[in-house]
Amino acid sequence: MNVLIYLIPIALFMGGIGLAAFIWSLKSGQYDDLEGAAWRILQDDDQPKP
Amino acid sequence: MTLPCCTLDGEYFQPFKLEGEDAARWISSAGPGLKRIEFLVPQANRPEAMAHIETDLGALGGVKSARVNLTGRRVAVVYEDGVIAPQALIDRLGFLGYMARPFDPRETGLTKDDRENARLLRALAVAGFAAGNVMLLSVSVWSGAEGATRDLFHWLSAMIALPAVAYAGRPFFYSAVNALRLGRVNMDVPISLGVLLASFMSLFETINGAEHAYFDASVTLLFFLLAGRYLDHLMRARARSAIAQLISLSAEGASVIEADGTRRYVPARELKAGMLVAVAAGDRLPADGLIREGTSDMDRSLLTGETAPETVKPGSLVHAGEMNVTAPITVEITAAGNDTFLSELVRLMASAEQGQSRYIRIADRLARFYSPAVHTLAAITLLGWLLLGHGWHDSIMAAIAVLIITCPCALGLAVPAVQVVASGRLFRSGVMIKDGAALEKLAGIDTVIFDKTGTLTKGEPALVSPLMVSTETLALAAGLAQASKHPLSRALVREVAKRGLQPVSVSDIAEHPGLGLSGQYMGEAIKLGNRAWCGMEESADDHGLLEFAFRRGAKVPVLFQFEDRLRPDAAETVAALRQMGLAVHLLSGDREAAVARVAQAVGIDTAVSRASPQAKLAYVDALSKAGRKVLMVGDGINDAPALAAGYTSMAPSSASDIGRTAAETVWMGESAAAVARAVRVGRRSQRIAKENFALAVGYNVFAVPLAMIGFVSPLVAAVAMSTSSIIVIANALRVGLGRTADAGSAKRDADTAPGTRALRDAA
Repeated sequence: MNVLIYLIPIALFMGGIGLAAFIWSLKSGQYDDLEGAAWRILQDDDQPKP
Repeated sequence: MTLPCCTLDGEYFQPFKLEGEDAARWISSAGPGLKRIEFLVPQANRPEAMAHIETDLGALGGVKSARVNLTGRRVAVVYEDGVIAPQALIDRLGFLGYMARPFDPRETGLTKDDRENARLLRALAVAGFAAGNVMLLSVSVWSGAEGATRDLFHWLSAMIALPAVAYAGRPFFYSAVNALRLGRVNMDVPISLGVLLASFMSLFETINGAEHAYFDASVTLLFFLLAGRYLDHLMRARARSAIAQLISLSAEGASVIEADGTRRYVPARELKAGMLVAVAAGDRLPADGLIREGTSDMDRSLLTGETAPETVKPGSLVHAGEMNVTAPITVEITAAGNDTFLSELVRLMASAEQGQSRYIRIADRLARFYSPAVHTLAAITLLGWLLLGHGWHDSIMAAIAVLIITCPCALGLAVPAVQVVASGRLFRSGVMIKDGAALEKLAGIDTVIFDKTGTLTKGEPALVSPLMVSTETLALAAGLAQASKHPLSRALVREVAKRGLQPVSVSDIAEHPGLGLSGQYMGEAIKLGNRAWCGMEESADDHGLLEFAFRRGAKVPVLFQFEDRLRPDAAETVAALRQMGLAVHLLSGDREAAVARVAQAVGIDTAVSRASPQAKLAYVDALSKAGRKVLMVGDGINDAPALAAGYTSMAPSSASDIGRTAAETVWMGESAAAVARAVRVGRRSQRIAKENFALAVGYNVFAVPLAMIGFVSPLVAAVAMSTSSIIVIANALRVGLGRTADAGSAKRDADTAPGTRALRDAA
């Protein structure tokens, strides 16, 4: 069972990264306009701005 | 102040002028030399609009970035200070066909909602993270981990769960403490108690190396409950922001004439008594005042429910909210801000609201006896175990197990889950409910009172007679009517457009306030206006119809008659409401004949006419005193006090600002069917909420005895609590499965109303 000593911190660390990433995305306003984001992906904006 | 009427199509909206020191409050800094401004753009509700606006504004010189928020229908622009002016951005948006107005999130309280939203979402994320990890460890324990491994897992669970509970449980703890301080009990009290006790007892057991720890129960509970609360909040915020957008469009001002004759734009709240204001034809009055110059007609329908405009001349008293129809006038303000007729009504409203007893939501009513019952049971368990000769430790553990198992997870979800589904369904069909209490109250009503003008009717007259009229006459009359903003003139023009005709162009058109229009066509004088103006004798019988006479040269005059058309489905709605066992009344400020016609057309027996705002308020109050629960449906400024006094209230989105603010529910679109639909969904959701309560209480009846005899291990608790929550949520989803007929009419409304389409897209 000694392998748990590595596995549990690794699991928690990875879960923690996920949580931190979520809170970062929330703070940077990525959930402000869910509907706009859904449409944005369909836009042809690959031409560079004039 | 311009009260927008009827449409989001921009008919009454004027381009916003960004002037004076006022401009500074919209603009914020966005780095060296850069400024940021946000606009509210109601028409930016489609993906095409997003691309359109972003590319076009982005290509303007000086614009760093333009980003559309489709959900909030806002555009945020970052631009170089001094290179481009914010006004140019508004003008450009106007040129592209979008009404834009600077947006200050503070004024509508939207940021408060957003912040609350983010806080709940963060708490939900933390609770979810903790629940997942703790459950993983708990499953290992349940699968047979023993001794040192079990202790390690318990300690790890404690390390994850305790900070998570401290963070994610705050919304419940605060609310529970607040309730207790006021000497009340709400659902959050047993929730907080259960979660905290489970955590501390588990910590104690962990320290002692015991077998059972309930960390998983406390964090999963929080996760479920936060999910419910987040959804509840999201639905209310969505409806509120939709209503706030409608309202914030109308914060306007007036053109003030200075002593030296120059004109200056002043926001409505800065108007003072004594100022001279120029009011163009088609504008609404920003304040009460006396007419100094000009003769015109005033459309008072929003204030009085009267459909026929009234003639006013110098010396006449006019009120804020009235629309100037015929000719430009100059008004000396006698009262502004706090002294207007409007604010008198606001005071009436406030007193009406105070008179109402606070509505206690069904969940809180249940909490009143639920908490004492649960705590008594826990006390009985403790005493019972002690009397049977068990030690203090075991007895306390059993009592705490009772509190954990009765922690009202399912009960906490029972109502929000139903209301989220119900209001989501109503929202999609264009009915916006401000909060869950309104939905509950809709289920409880026994009387519906309708206002007439603008509520049962469309609030705009339409030509009803003569049906047989030569197209030439009609086109000629419309040629004259084109020049006027009188409601009847506009009705004529609409009719001609509907028949696919072109108005004939008429020369030398002049508008004579209080009389009508005159013009020249092929050498003949033509006239459109009241009977006397066109040389027709007055008739004594009043059918409640509005009239315009038309005369060409020396020919016999033609009489056009107009009627304020009923909203689609008005009669069906009244019939449907009656079928539900509700009494339906009609309460209007309009003339007897007009009210009687409408009452007969929709099938209402009890109709009151010529009711002042005070009389309307008194009528609703009298019914409430007699024990009736009144749903007041109205749109006008004059309905606002009655709306506030009703048990609950609805207003169409075409209503006055004050009406929309006073009403607890606002519906979009033309059809009146929304009223019956809201009541139906309210009743259905109330029924399902009660079923949910029964399910949740049934679960307790089953689980509490088990806990009292000490059979509830953490595994049993986890399974029982999750199962009951899932059953309750699954039952709530049934609200969404309505009858197809209902869905059909909802869809039809939604399709006929541009605003609804926009809102549905936003949903």
